[in-house]
Amino acid sequence: MKLWRTPFDQAEKATKPAKVLIDKDRCKGCGYCVEFCPRAVLEMSEELNSKGYTLAIVADESKCLGCGLCEMLCPEFAIYLEPSDNES
Amino acid sequence: MTSNVSVEQNIINSFLRLDRMPHIWCAGCGIGPAMRCFIKAIHRAGLDPDKIAVVSGIGCAGRAAGYLRLDSFHTTHGRALPFAIGLKLGNPELNVVVFSGDGDLVAIGGNHLIHAARRNMDMTVICINNFNYGMTGGQLGPTTPVDARSTTSPYGNIENPFNVPYLVAASGATYVARWTVLHARQLERSIAEAMVKPGFSFIEVISPCPTLYGRMNKQPQGLETMHEYQKRSIVRDGADPKDLDITFDGPIVVGKFVDIERPTFWDQYEQLLDRVSGKEN
Repeated sequence: MKLWRTPFDQAEKATKPAKVLIDKDRCKGCGYCVEFCPRAVLEMSEELNSKGYTLAIVADESKCLGCGLCEMLCPEFAIYLEPSDNES
Repeated sequence: MTSNVSVEQNIINSFLRLDRMPHIWCAGCGIGPAMRCFIKAIHRAGLDPDKIAVVSGIGCAGRAAGYLRLDSFHTTHGRALPFAIGLKLGNPELNVVVFSGDGDLVAIGGNHLIHAARRNMDMTVICINNFNYGMTGGQLGPTTPVDARSTTSPYGNIENPFNVPYLVAASGATYVARWTVLHARQLERSIAEAMVKPGFSFIEVISPCPTLYGRMNKQPQGLETMHEYQKRSIVRDGADPKDLDITFDGPIVVGKFVDIERPTFWDQYEQLLDRVSGKEN
């Protein structure tokens, strides 16, 4: 993203890319994470979990900026962001 | 591809009673995100989890006390606030949080709510408002908007609902806010502010109920309700609580409405003790 100036609080507010981990057994397929992810990292799959719900899966991990909105909106506490070490 | 996280990895698990997981809430229920915001707010406010007690009543939202690995108590229907008042007076060092639903706090416990606000008890109340009695089958509640359908009002509701922030603000609460579960970050900040603030803090969380309220009102998926919140909610901090009525398809005004200072019950009590025991003179 191109900005016309550097935000003053960029150093403290900027998020780091993260690895999105989804607990398959907890997901109930409500789709909140898929719908509200600002970078379209997640998508719904055809795959079913042990309870028969369609799962949310990670479609393109490289797009993730680590904002954590999916983690906050998940009603099942099934998504967990693991901060990745490479900050590129 | 999707990796399956082992239970130990997930940080939030340290706040959950894992023997009770998975929880009973439906797919798309808003109580999960609200509970998540509460857990994050504890971190944000820098509070010691050992000094926090969670009290809840009966209902879907009342299950939260059972799922949180904090000191918690699941009280009888509507009596979460009296129990919390007793807890706070018994041990004033505790940070007491009441996490309950609208049916519990506003309907059967309505009187306790206004009197706790009147006394300005030092506690935080998180009220999950899903506009009906979710656990018992989606009956009409005191917060159901006019014209909304529920299992006991199949042709539309004709009763005027409570404007809960107005009710609580008029009773004397020192902090009143309302957010939907979609406003996760604002909600987290609000809960953190409320937990640190002395006095009666009340946060109404508008939450989807896809299985009952949503199904009766043509939004059988939680996502549709969330999109509706996105369209309908207007952030207006400091709005007059009088104007916060929720109509069936009108705007939902969210924000922080009241943030005032007032002596709490405990302050008044200590003053009284000093006066009676003659310490003041």
